[in-house]
Amino acid sequence: MNETIYPVAIFFAAIFTNNILLTNYLGMCSFLSVSKELKTSLGLGAAVTFVMATTTLLNWIVYHQLLIPLKLDYLRFIVFIIVIAAFVQLVEMIIERVSEGLYAALGIFLPLITVNCAILGVSLFMVIREYSLAASFAYGLGSGIGWSLAILAMAGIRQKLAKARVPKGLEGAGITLIITGMMALAFMGFTGMINIS
Amino acid sequence: MSALLISVGAITALSSILALLMVIADATIGNYGEVKITVNGDKELIVKGGRPLLGSLMEEGIFIPSACGGRGSCGLCKVKVLEGAGQYLPTELPWISKEEQKENIRLSCQLKVKTDFKIEIPEELFNVREYRTKLVKLRDLTHDIKEVNLELLDGQEIKYTAGQFIQFKVPAYELTDEPVYRAYSMSSVPSDTRHIQLEIRLVPNGICTTYVHNHLKEGDEVIFNGPYGDFFLRDTEAEIICIAGGSGMAPIKSILMDMAEKQNPRRVRYFFGARGRRDLFLLDEMKELEGKLPNFTFVPVLSNPEEGDDWDGETGWVTDAVDRHMAEGDGAKSEGYLCGSPGMIDACIKVLTANGIPKEKIYFDNFG
Repeated sequence: MNETIYPVAIFFAAIFTNNILLTNYLGMCSFLSVSKELKTSLGLGAAVTFVMATTTLLNWIVYHQLLIPLKLDYLRFIVFIIVIAAFVQLVEMIIERVSEGLYAALGIFLPLITVNCAILGVSLFMVIREYSLAASFAYGLGSGIGWSLAILAMAGIRQKLAKARVPKGLEGAGITLIITGMMALAFMGFTGMINIS
Repeated sequence: MSALLISVGAITALSSILALLMVIADATIGNYGEVKITVNGDKELIVKGGRPLLGSLMEEGIFIPSACGGRGSCGLCKVKVLEGAGQYLPTELPWISKEEQKENIRLSCQLKVKTDFKIEIPEELFNVREYRTKLVKLRDLTHDIKEVNLELLDGQEIKYTAGQFIQFKVPAYELTDEPVYRAYSMSSVPSDTRHIQLEIRLVPNGICTTYVHNHLKEGDEVIFNGPYGDFFLRDTEAEIICIAGGSGMAPIKSILMDMAEKQNPRRVRYFFGARGRRDLFLLDEMKELEGKLPNFTFVPVLSNPEEGDDWDGETGWVTDAVDRHMAEGDGAKSEGYLCGSPGMIDACIKVLTANGIPKEKIYFDNFG
């Protein structure tokens, strides 16, 4: 484990310079389909942040306490997927039971992100980059916030875009992908500013 | 060998633990027990909790109109929930207006029944049933509209009011992975309780219309549920102005034939808009109705008569023809009955209100 990288640095890097969506292009499907409105984007963003932070933590424990001692680290893909899916399902059921307000704001998006690639991606990067427990949590939380900021920015742009005259063939996903590309280009300028691996 | 066993064992163990956890969660956190739905204050239904209201009601034989089959994409399955429902979900809000929120109108396919509910639904929905039918005759009315004649199976009979609609069940086929429901008005006379008739226009890539036009054959089984809707003739003395276009002919034809059977003496004028001659249909039937109904005029209007159409009737937009035909003072003693595209309906409402028919006396189905 690399002790020279501080969790705080990783946290901010994950939000800005190494934004999971804009530099790794992960989590695109829900990003494209739910970014029509600011309010729903905020709900989805909160759900993604929560799930990313908690599943990274959970997967770190599973990986380092279970898979490594048993020399089963090559099973991480399938194990991470199962853990994420079960955890998200469980959280959804609990939220639905205990808090109606939270369910309306956040729970409704949970099934949507069970299979979100950004969430699996964060868990896998954490392994590849050999993060410590604290660094992993910071990375998961930061990535979630970064993803939320990206979808909020996109939702804001798309609300303005509704009034613009977009060529017919580019309406919807087409123009959204082009804008995402431009945002990603802007973020490329940050490449290498903070070394997080 | 041992590596194989360990990996298989580890995955199995992990999956089992999680599966067990889910089973326990489902039986405890996800178990809402049996809940009671009180309908209109008297009828009580006991259903399994935790499932959407729409499906729970359907299992108890109460069919709420829904065109998308519970995916929250059509906004039709609205139900008034007096007690039990919590706050609105984001998936409901696109379909529920501010006024409807004040009246506790909910989207029943999204709302889960977790506690005892008190709901209110229109009495006529208790008549709604699912019917199995056989397609006895498929007839081309125009180049893109087909008449669908269905005979009810299992000795069933259907009671409905002329002008109402049903929901046609399209089974899974190349354009859809799951059964979907689409609403169509009946064009038949209610006195024939063993048959219904629909008029379906081919919409490019339309799931139901493509199915009916290109896949359905005479002798095939068709399932529908119904009847629904409050588009029917109001029992007044007022004069009647009907305006329709394309397959909007269906409910108007049903209403007119029903009036003819009952020898209704009210004055009826029926304006039918089409592009060219080839889009006109049932002209003979309308002529016949002019003989049968004491006071009925049929006015077909062509917007783009082509050369060779040999047309000496009304031309232009159907709304302009209505405007020309309505005399001073007609509006105050008339009711409007409309069926067509949302754009046409808006234009018709404009011209009818301009001619003095109050908005609340203009009736139409909102399929848009």
